[in-house]
Amino acid sequence: FIEMLDSNKDSLKLEAMKRIVAMIARGKNTSDLFPAVVKNVACKNIEVKKLVYVYLVRYAEEQQDLALLSISTFQRGLKDPNQLIRASALRVLSSIRVTIIVPIMMLAIKEAASDMSPYVRKTAAHAIPKLYSLDPEQKDQLIEVIEKLLADKTTLVAGSVVMAFEEVCPERIDLIHKNYRKLCNLLVDVEEWGQVVIINMLTRYARTQFLNPNLNECLLEEGGESTFYGSDADQDEDEDEDKKDEALSKRKPYVMDPDHRLLLRNTKPLLQSRNAAVVMAVAQLYFHLAPKAEVGVIAKALVRLLRSHSEVQYVVLQNVATMTIKRRGMFEPYLKSFYIRSTDPTQIKVLKLEVLTNLASETNISTILREFQTYIKSMDKDFVAATIQAIGRCATHIGEVRDTCLNGLVQLLSNRDELVVAESVVVIKKLLQMQPEKHSDIIKHMAKLTDNIQVPMARASILWLIGEYCEHVPKIAPDVLRKMAKTFTNEEDIVKLQIINLAAKLYLTNSKQTKLLTQYVLNLAKYDQNYDIRDRARFIRQLIVPTDKCGALSKYAKKLILALKPAPILESPFKDRDHFQLGSLSHLLNTKAGGYQELPDWPQDAPDPSVRNVEVKESVPEWTKCSSREKRKEKKVEKPFYSDSEGESGPTESADSESDSASSSASGSEQSGSGSEESEESEERSDSDEEEEEEEEEYMSLDVLMGPTPSPQVTPVGNFLSSSLVTDLEGLSLTDTVLSPATISPSGSLKSYELLHRITGEGLWVEYCFSRQPFLPDPHMVAVQIQFTNSAATEAKSLRLEEAKLQSGMRVKEFPEIEVLPAGESATVVMGVDFCDSTQAANLQLCTHSRKFFVSIQPPVGELMTPSFMTENEFKKEQGK
Amino acid sequence: MIHSLFLINHSGDIFLEKHWKSVIGRSVCDYFFEAKEKAAEPEDVPPVLQTPHHYLISIYRDRLFFLSVIQTEAPPLFVIEFLHRVVETFQDYFGECSETVIKDNVVTVYELLEEMLDNGFPLATESNILKEMIRPPTILRTMVNTLTGTSNFEERLPSGQLSTIPWRRSGVKYTNNEAYFDVIEEIDAIVDKSGTTVCAEIQGVIEACVKLTGMPDLTLSFMNPRLLDDVSFHPCVRFKRWEAERVLSFIPPDGNFTLMSYHVNAQNLVAIPVYVKQNISFFESGSGGRLDLTAGPKQTMGKTVEGLVITVHMPKAVLSASLTATQGSYTYDPATKVLVWDIGRLNPQKLPNLRGSLSLQAGAPKPEDNPSINIALKIQQLAISGLKVNRLDMYGEKYKPFKGVKYVTKAGKFQRPACVAISHFST
Repeated sequence: FIEMLDSNKDSLKLEAMKRIVAMIARGKNTSDLFPAVVKNVACKNIEVKKLVYVYLVRYAEEQQDLALLSISTFQRGLKDPNQLIRASALRVLSSIRVTIIVPIMMLAIKEAASDMSPYVRKTAAHAIPKLYSLDPEQKDQLIEVIEKLLADKTTLVAGSVVMAFEEVCPERIDLIHKNYRKLCNLLVDVEEWGQVVIINMLTRYARTQFLNPNLNECLLEEGGESTFYGSDADQDEDEDEDKKDEALSKRKPYVMDPDHRLLLRNTKPLLQSRNAAVVMAVAQLYFHLAPKAEVGVIAKALVRLLRSHSEVQYVVLQNVATMTIKRRGMFEPYLKSFYIRSTDPTQIKVLKLEVLTNLASETNISTILREFQTYIKSMDKDFVAATIQAIGRCATHIGEVRDTCLNGLVQLLSNRDELVVAESVVVIKKLLQMQPEKHSDIIKHMAKLTDNIQVPMARASILWLIGEYCEHVPKIAPDVLRKMAKTFTNEEDIVKLQIINLAAKLYLTNSKQTKLLTQYVLNLAKYDQNYDIRDRARFIRQLIVPTDKCGALSKYAKKLILALKPAPILESPFKDRDHFQLGSLSHLLNTKAGGYQELPDWPQDAPDPSVRNVEVKESVPEWTKCSSREKRKEKKVEKPFYSDSEGESGPTESADSESDSASSSASGSEQSGSGSEESEESEERSDSDEEEEEEEEEYMSLDVLMGPTPSPQVTPVGNFLSSSLVTDLEGLSLTDTVLSPATISPSGSLKSYELLHRITGEGLWVEYCFSRQPFLPDPHMVAVQIQFTNSAATEAKSLRLEEAKLQSGMRVKEFPEIEVLPAGESATVVMGVDFCDSTQAANLQLCTHSRKFFVSIQPPVGELMTPSFMTENEFKKEQGK
Repeated sequence: MIHSLFLINHSGDIFLEKHWKSVIGRSVCDYFFEAKEKAAEPEDVPPVLQTPHHYLISIYRDRLFFLSVIQTEAPPLFVIEFLHRVVETFQDYFGECSETVIKDNVVTVYELLEEMLDNGFPLATESNILKEMIRPPTILRTMVNTLTGTSNFEERLPSGQLSTIPWRRSGVKYTNNEAYFDVIEEIDAIVDKSGTTVCAEIQGVIEACVKLTGMPDLTLSFMNPRLLDDVSFHPCVRFKRWEAERVLSFIPPDGNFTLMSYHVNAQNLVAIPVYVKQNISFFESGSGGRLDLTAGPKQTMGKTVEGLVITVHMPKAVLSASLTATQGSYTYDPATKVLVWDIGRLNPQKLPNLRGSLSLQAGAPKPEDNPSINIALKIQQLAISGLKVNRLDMYGEKYKPFKGVKYVTKAGKFQRPACVAISHFST
């Protein structure tokens, strides 16, 4: 090898290095070649170089002195004009675990953190945990670098730096404030692995910064008082008069922080990720952070993961099992997805069984039991045993089926398979404890089983049962003891202990028949090999057999031994596991793993939300923004590709992209109009498209899409207006006001009109405004945003629109029916109206479950028009038409 | 996060190890071997194991264990998903993922692992990017390499890492621009004893093969997107566009990739294309039994069922089978107790039948469970859910690409144990 490495030919060197790497891969020690290899670190050939790096990283730790020889090569590499060489030099340098070079690494990381190239900055972020594990004393300096990199606006860096943050300083939650909104907005474009890390970190962050959205429910559950709202308001008045925030909560018990909403909204689409880890991360975020009513969305995505590899299923089922205990309703519709297939590995079967058991309720128990019946016939005995246990648990939780289950289990006692019988005995024992008096038949039946059944646990259970309920089977019990006394010496330890118990109990209740037998058993036990059994025998003898030195205890022997024992509670092993963050290793193992970050409890009072405000560097007034297009276009180059294109790709997204760019680039595009992003799009597109198309695309930049849009992108898609879109819009207006207080927020600039007065509406108050967003399902329609507020004391049901008298040609696209609007809540929906370019009012009928109101929407002229940007020439051309 | 990786073959030999942080001795695998001993089947080895100082997370694929060692808290799914990605990358590079192939390409494998993780955190997992840094071996190149003494690595520096779109390499050029989409569907059904479907659902994927020059921006729309109950996407798909308009808008990776996978709800009654009449009984005496299987078409929408294979998992006591098939051929493996009947094309006029006797192990009790049956089949030119691609548009580039959509059919599984049967099949 050494000869080959020393040769002048690259091909020989390469061959040698390949063989060496192959040896490393097989786990062979090649450290003696270190000097010969390290010489080639400066080799010109990239292939050789790469392999030398691999070798170096593997052995540098063992050969520290020699490794230092290579450092200068990397230091030169760090200054290379090519960003890839800079990055790879830093990567290898930071992977060399030699303490002496810590200062060099520190310097290199600091420099790389302000490198022009995002790729080099990403590498710097990766290097941070490496240096930290090498020398934890560098923590403070590293935190500075992390802080700097957290402010980075590229998606490439975001995931890596959050990873570094999690490894080095997860407790410094304050570093996140300023970057919170940016991270939320960039999230969708970060690579998959980074998404997982960011989502997990943000879950923890949100737990420290926002209020529990389910707090009211929790209190309601605990207090069980329906007058909760009233009393809460009173308390607030008494206690927190000073606080402004509290004044707000007097009217509305809970208001979600817009930043909290932002997080939920921006993570939701990731439930559609192909990466199971991302889906799980979002699912746990929703489980830990979302209001109860919204958690349901994750169920479908998690069920999807059950069609993945068995390892993925294993982890997902563990988490689902925990979730089903807290929120059973969420997975109930997917009951059948947890049905067991005979091809499932046993561990998956057992977990599915756990989930099915957790999902069992009065309504579905018969279906579940029927399913369980088929499982009992399986060839997989471990699984059959688990099924029997599951039946037992269903029986304890759902009283109605207890007898059915018990009968089923008793039938199993005549099963051919001994394991099945044994497991049934154990479960029956637990069930009988709940109501023994009703079931002396079963106890008798089981007593007979002692002749055949050999499984120790089952024998022990039967003996315990007979002892405990000997008064129900007064004739059989002494007989069983007689048989057991015969076989005592051959029994397993747990059986022996139960024989002693049985003997003691019989001695106390029926000493006439069993006195001698008991003595005999106790004598046998006295000389047993197991000290536990000897101790037990000695203890029992002292307790029950009256002697001269009769201890004080023996007076209470009956009370002690024949005390009424509480029935066992069969609980899921997944109970209370949710104090671990779901999806984490610690949750899976149910023990705290090293480096696990506790999921904090919600704070009592929300910390100051203004810490997350970011200064807006530049704000362009609405009507000048068009002229700044050129400028923005230049900026665009720096922006991550997809966050832009997300915004560009369709009219609806303009809404979201506003907040994206507001924080990520501060380019002033957080204006109310959707125009800015749209026009960017048309520019980009028109670069390659024909002239004609350009004009068409310009149409897209209209605030409210009125005219026909021949753009091929907008395919009207029927009546698809998902409610998520509505929440998007709703959330948007909130975010924007917070994000850029200096600029005109869209909601502020929109005028609201009253549709239904709260007195006429009997507490239902309806306002509408023209949201100036394109109405997607139909470009001819104007989007009308309607806000319902229910100020009545009772909930309003099935809010919907019916067309009453529309002018000819006028069309209306109703919003999806609001099923329930609880008292004190409000809801926002979007509907579309085609006014046919007239200012005639659209007369509609607004219906609730109990009443109908005639309302009308009158469009001001301005709302029917759309601002359009065009050059002077274009304008003249248009005017000339 | 991920500290080390060990590749372990079926018989328990460690044949490759890679450490991304300091070296961890092989002895850590002993805990794993212990668990493997306990498990009846390799699938039953718990994917996550705790040892005094480490955590072991493993996957089992293609008869190999990929065992990763981690030291601190890390989301288990993160590690599992990554390991699966490693396997997929190997399959992508070498066509398959087996011990032989990995040993033959050990340097490439090592290079790949080096690029995929940095300090245990994923760095480059997209095949487009990896392929730019490490070229996959081809027969031609292997020959050239042996003759000239060069190897797989790019001479020039890759630019992929720097692309603004992490999954697409820049500077793609083709003389023939083409984009193909294959819609592949699989039925997953539970059939009860009487043959009625308890529940059924359709899983589908859209596999794409896109060879387009430059940076094309594609939009794929469906005739009936509302059929889709649940979807998951390749990262290239714009979520928001889907949410708002139900169209797939994306800048594709170069080459083959899975664009989306979807799920069609059971409520849209799924037509099961074939039926199997089974009659497997064992004599009370315990010496043997009879088997009689007939397959026939059910609802195939006028298309021919091809590649029909029926697999029966026999009870352990069955020693051998002596059967006659009217069509196709059968094999019985006494070690795994699996009976495979390869029928091929299903002729609706003459239904294939397999019958004969089974011999049981002497003295064994009569097997009580009716064996489960798997059915695999293919139907060309049919997506059983009725999903149809409406159109594909391209923006961002000027040329006219060749576009094609196939409703391809691939084999799946359909299983029905006698009582509650589980069946998959694919069309």
